[in-house]
Amino acid sequence: MSGEPLVEVRDLVKHFPINRGIILQKQVGAVHAVDGVSFDVMRGESLGIVGETGCGKSTTARLLMRLLDPTSGVIRFEGKDVAKIPRRAFKPFRREIQMIFQDPYSSLNPRKTVGAIIAEPFAIHGLNKGKGERRRAVQELMDLVGLNPEHYNRYPHEFSGGQRQRIGVARALALQPKMIIADEPVSALDVSIQAQILNLLRDLQRDLGLTLILIAHDLSVVRHMCDRVAVMYLGKIVEIADSDTLYRHPRHPYTGALLSAVPVPDPELASRRRRQVLGGDVPSPTNPPPACRFHPRCPKAQDLCHQQEPLLEQKPGGSVAACHFPLSDAEAAERVATAEPV
Amino acid sequence: MTTYIIRRLLWVIVLLFFVSFITFMIFYLFPSADPAALRAGRQPNPELVEQIRHQLGLDKPWYVQYVDYMKGVFLHFDLGYSYQNNISVKTQIFQRLPATISLALGAAVVWLVIGIAVGTISAVRRRSLFDRVSMTGALVGISAPVYWLGLLALYLFANDIGRFKIFPGSGSYVPISQDPAKWFTSLIVPWFVLAAAFAAFYARLLRSNLIDVMSEDYIRTARAKGLSERRVVLRHGIRSAITPIVTAAGLDIGILLGGAILTESVFNIPGIGRLAFDSIQNSDLPMIQGTVLFGAFFIVMANLIVDILYAFIDPRVRY
Amino acid sequence: MSPLLEVRDLRVHFDTEDGVVKAVDGVSFTLEKGKVLGIVGESGSGKSVTMLTVMGLSRASNARIGGEALFEGRNLLEASNEELRSVRGNDISMIFQDPLSSLHPFYKVGAQLVEAIQAHQNLSRAQARERAIEFLGLVGIPDPRARFDNYPHEFSGGMRQRAMIAMALVNEPQLLIADEPTTALDVTVQAQILELIGRLKDELGMAVIMITHDLGVVAEVTDDIAVMYAGRIVEEAATDELFHAPEHPYTWGLLQSIPRLDRPRDEPLVPIPGRPPSLINLPGGCSFHPRCPYVREAHRRIEPKLAPVPDSPKHRVACLLESETRKRLWQDLNAGKEPVEARADVMEGEEVT
Repeated sequence: MSGEPLVEVRDLVKHFPINRGIILQKQVGAVHAVDGVSFDVMRGESLGIVGETGCGKSTTARLLMRLLDPTSGVIRFEGKDVAKIPRRAFKPFRREIQMIFQDPYSSLNPRKTVGAIIAEPFAIHGLNKGKGERRRAVQELMDLVGLNPEHYNRYPHEFSGGQRQRIGVARALALQPKMIIADEPVSALDVSIQAQILNLLRDLQRDLGLTLILIAHDLSVVRHMCDRVAVMYLGKIVEIADSDTLYRHPRHPYTGALLSAVPVPDPELASRRRRQVLGGDVPSPTNPPPACRFHPRCPKAQDLCHQQEPLLEQKPGGSVAACHFPLSDAEAAERVATAEPV
Repeated sequence: MTTYIIRRLLWVIVLLFFVSFITFMIFYLFPSADPAALRAGRQPNPELVEQIRHQLGLDKPWYVQYVDYMKGVFLHFDLGYSYQNNISVKTQIFQRLPATISLALGAAVVWLVIGIAVGTISAVRRRSLFDRVSMTGALVGISAPVYWLGLLALYLFANDIGRFKIFPGSGSYVPISQDPAKWFTSLIVPWFVLAAAFAAFYARLLRSNLIDVMSEDYIRTARAKGLSERRVVLRHGIRSAITPIVTAAGLDIGILLGGAILTESVFNIPGIGRLAFDSIQNSDLPMIQGTVLFGAFFIVMANLIVDILYAFIDPRVRY
Repeated sequence: MSPLLEVRDLRVHFDTEDGVVKAVDGVSFTLEKGKVLGIVGESGSGKSVTMLTVMGLSRASNARIGGEALFEGRNLLEASNEELRSVRGNDISMIFQDPLSSLHPFYKVGAQLVEAIQAHQNLSRAQARERAIEFLGLVGIPDPRARFDNYPHEFSGGMRQRAMIAMALVNEPQLLIADEPTTALDVTVQAQILELIGRLKDELGMAVIMITHDLGVVAEVTDDIAVMYAGRIVEEAATDELFHAPEHPYTWGLLQSIPRLDRPRDEPLVPIPGRPPSLINLPGGCSFHPRCPYVREAHRRIEPKLAPVPDSPKHRVACLLESETRKRLWQDLNAGKEPVEARADVMEGEEVT
């Protein structure tokens, strides 16, 4: 892993305005989807972004892809400000980041052959122009992701869910991107197939030296796949650390709650652990709670938590968390199966 | 909601403005005949034509004519006077309105009842004999032109020329204020003829919708609750499947209120459709403008009402 | 004591244009009063169809249903539609995966509960309303009196599933069937819902059948587990035993293919190769054989029967391998060996097919 980051994100904000009015629309509020997020992604690393529905993890991905324009903040890719990339240099930028989506059923055009779907990026970017050349490139990709290259002329409906997700992976790899963003890549798949796709992604990432951002709500998947994990809550990163640290010494009570909620396929362990069930729902991102956004649901909240916003800072144990009263190792061990026993 | 309605009403005005302008321009740029010459009689002498032209304001530049007309409409709700007979357009349209409303609303009742009933039974008893027969019938109903159906109905049932002299024939329309019974009997055949294609279309629409809805998760929930199948279909299925029907019905009724030209012609019903038809034949610009504006008004209002109704049918819709 | 539900040799076949879909093909199990049974399997394993059939919800002109489903001794498969209607939502209730699509979007949540109550109890509107509010409160919906008049889209995902549970329980059924009740929910909400189901089961003394593909979910709440594959039960056991001494290669595959928080981070995932079979053209012999790393030539011809494991009569498995071989294979896998290595070690000398 080289020292210089591939992506730098600084104070990224995305608000979706809510407008009202008879003729002249005026803004009456905003959905604070992403609200001041900063992180780096190193070359060749895999970063996991986890959180509940509505925490802003998918919006962050779309901002990174520049499918959305940020309200404020800076995204630098290889040192260059993404927002300032001129129109004509935009296509080369798009080649560098590719995305894999959750639903392998709706993200493939049913009327095109698999060969055509995988070759689509070539056509858009004018690569591998010769027919034979293009076909060979596609078949190499199919082979790489574990599809039978002879199935070049088949249509998506002839493939199973897992194979369709492989098609999506092949399409994402076609342009040899530097970074891949996978948004819940396995949550629509059967359990026995999930492992196939996860192993594939992991092998590809290692073999091709890809940088991977994995967005998931499933903490066990992220732990298996990622070197580093960022936990998001209501548009903010509340904790970020390398995986070993985060899973062994979680500091933010929200991380603790998330980890505690993951069901463990071991009845004995499950009965030993004291599960901490978070009450209530995620508050509306239109009107997030003041100061620490987690305080209304936090078991450790005190007066300070609704007066002053905690900053992301290094906590004892190694992770960077935004919390006034972080979990101790003893508290973590009580609720989390992976926590280091004290 | 209120702001939404106000905004929509403002749009209605803009739209009507637009419609009137286009009709005006079409008529001005491609006149079918000189209205002044038409007014002047069989052997017009040039001075008379010129005089009439001046009277009608046709010698002014087109934009002055248009502005004069719109002033009348907006300030006095005055749609001008017919070139043909010098009677106020407004008066004539209002005279014709009851016949058109009678025809449109009556037919709407007929096609909604038939369409919803047939569509529901077909969906519930999918692939049954009833389903196959009624859907084939619906295809015929959609394909049959209304004037052919109208003439056929007259040929079969009219009490003057029909094989089975059951119903009053063409031209027997009587206003409801004069004789409600006669009004009713005279409209039975026109209602069914006009409704046929709509009923067929609605039956097919509802059938396919209801079939889709019946495979929804909440239908499974309703059954899992132990509700009777009848209640599942009527309260849970139709409630959802009916929404597109409401849209279609609103728009269709709106269009028909602007005049059902073919049906009114076949059955010789003195409605707005006939009026529009005659005025086009006579190049009667104020009358054409009036009927077009009226038709457009009904369509736009129907649209608005449908959208408002939607918020009541589907609680997820918010404006 | 007679069991609450006894399913015997249940078969559900659907005639389709492509052929006969054998969705459920000879399933038998027993559920005692007040117990929790987990049915685990992938999509297409027949787990949902089994339970929908018990409730009479898979009756269709193209469905051929055989076997018995005895609920308190009464065969539901032979019951008339009217009899079934009085059982559904009253004696047996069901909740589903996606609570948003499972509630009618046009009716208020409270009205949907009242409808469920009035379908089975002779209560006035006002009485039914009070009962609905009581149950909305029971499942942990804050301010149930105000929430009664909300529409489903005004609820959050977790609240909707709570409302579904309230609706399923208003008639105090003896059996609740939960079909993937937490799959569509966030992990924090999943924990809330599982806890709720566990609590209500004790309070109301009902039995629960939990259908899921997630072994983690069933580990915590069930007494017994049945694993289904291609329309049949391939293994059933008490929950502890299934997790600690699983006997079927498919169960091993399921356990080894999920990333687990309680295992070392770098432990490799061992996927099950291939994919679930077509239910129209089931593989001959053991239907798992095309994906099984321990297949022998004979397994392609002989159908395994669900039989008790030696020394453990309640633990049954449908596998043609000898019990001793299975135990040694699982030991090897548990010690971190790849399936190929385990096979070479245990089934040494046999040719690899």
